[in-house]
Amino acid sequence: MSQSPATTRHESFDHPFTGDEFGQPIIRLDGVSKQFGDHEVLRDISLTIRAGDTVCLIGESGCGKSVTMKLMASLLKPTSGHVLWDDGPVEDRTDEELVRDRLRFGYLFQGAALFDSMNVFENVAFGLRQNTKMSEPYMRDVVAQRLMDVGLTPATADKMPSELSGGMKKRVGLARTLALMPDIILYDEPTTGLDPIMIDVINNLILKTRKRRPVTSVIVTHEMTTVRKVADHVVMFYPLSRLQPGESQIVFEGTPDEAFESNDPRVWQFVYGEAGERMQEFAA
Amino acid sequence: MSTATVPPRASIVHVIGRSTIGFVTTVGDLVMFTLDMLRWLMRGLPRRSVVLQNMYEVGVRSIPVVLITGLFIGMVLAIQGYAQFALLKMETRLGAVINMALVAELGPTLAATMLAGRVGSAMAAELGTMRVTEQIDALRALGANPIQYLVVPRFLACFLLIPMLTAIADGIGVIGGWLLSTQSLGIDSTYYWHHSKAYVTAWDVWTGLLKSMFFGAAISMIACYQGFHCGSGAEGVGRAATSAFVLSFVAILVLDFFLGMFLNELYRTIWPGPASFV
Repeated sequence: MSQSPATTRHESFDHPFTGDEFGQPIIRLDGVSKQFGDHEVLRDISLTIRAGDTVCLIGESGCGKSVTMKLMASLLKPTSGHVLWDDGPVEDRTDEELVRDRLRFGYLFQGAALFDSMNVFENVAFGLRQNTKMSEPYMRDVVAQRLMDVGLTPATADKMPSELSGGMKKRVGLARTLALMPDIILYDEPTTGLDPIMIDVINNLILKTRKRRPVTSVIVTHEMTTVRKVADHVVMFYPLSRLQPGESQIVFEGTPDEAFESNDPRVWQFVYGEAGERMQEFAA
Repeated sequence: MSTATVPPRASIVHVIGRSTIGFVTTVGDLVMFTLDMLRWLMRGLPRRSVVLQNMYEVGVRSIPVVLITGLFIGMVLAIQGYAQFALLKMETRLGAVINMALVAELGPTLAATMLAGRVGSAMAAELGTMRVTEQIDALRALGANPIQYLVVPRFLACFLLIPMLTAIADGIGVIGGWLLSTQSLGIDSTYYWHHSKAYVTAWDVWTGLLKSMFFGAAISMIACYQGFHCGSGAEGVGRAATSAFVLSFVAILVLDFFLGMFLNELYRTIWPGPASFV
């Protein structure tokens, strides 16, 4: 009996992650700091992501949310502190182990990061070609199925990224991310720059993905509709430049309801989009 | 009342010190980058389709520009050299000088310069754009190592195909010089080739091709390094492309000098005697 690409993990995957129990720590940042040259972006961040959770990282632009997410996927190395996957420090892994274990993560980049020299099919098939010995006809089925999962027709496969709209690029990026059936999906501003209808489409795709498979999701977003609709937990970062020495950069951790009911002016100003006394900085 | 503080002006010692540290750091980074590339090269070749695509871009698409420049360099050498040799009544020896200059120096450096301009800048711009649009991060996220996927094929393409481009530049330059000398300047073809054969040896040809491999390696590594370390935005990509060409060109000339000295010494060691033309 032939396997359905929509529901079955590819037989050729030697996936290292099986049996993650819901609620167990799956990614941990332990006292992580990150500096680019003289510019400190993150200071002593400790954060735990648990299996099965959907966590939204919110905060002003430039406060280090995307950097945090790249640290989680080990696309960046921390200046100090440790990143742990399943309680094992990332830095203890060999290059080969790191490449293999990183496949557990799907990463939807802010601008989709589609390979502009390849068409949509090659983009979505890239991870499959790189990491599996899947036959070409089966790969075509998988790619077509992933495109349909994100609401695109298989005919899109022949288009080049330059021929796609912003929303389509994000959806192709999501199809590429889903092709390898990751256990953890990291979404970097998945709805930024999209119209309200497309924002809802992407939000529903995130929900649909979670419903289809029990994935862990981390979403960097400025969109409060996304937070309300998809998040189990919210973590709010604050820019280091606005903090006193010793103050934590994570100013809120809780449920979306708690975020919207927070008494901390830094939190409610952000979630309700009110500048408040911050306008005085611009007046000065 | 708050007053803006003006940073103190850096002294000349500070500026020299900072530039020196910057230069040493960049060279060190480039060496580490090259070692990393060699490490991934040892682990296995990238997919054949990726290597062939780069070889097509580097080799096949460079042929027209190498043909045109090689032809004209050969002809220019003939025109410039003719007047001087005619004064000494040694016109027939023009072929020796043209062909020697082409195979030993001009062919390799010309092919390398064309490669640096046509391919090196494009590589830096392409990789730089991939970096600023997070495509390099995307490769890593999809289980590919960017050094193995992007740098190794480019290195192989430049390293393996530049000798062929050099041979083409040499060949077409020799033909250009011969055509102009015999058809336009009236030099007898028999004497032209006779003197060429007497002075240009296989050593000159092979050392020219060998030097070109070093040039190709330097061009690919400098271009890829600039692309991988480019600044943000369009300005960063533009700077990376310009730097890739300028630094590659400097590297070609510096390498040419040191390789020339080394090969000269090697020649004298193997065949002691009167000074060679190398």
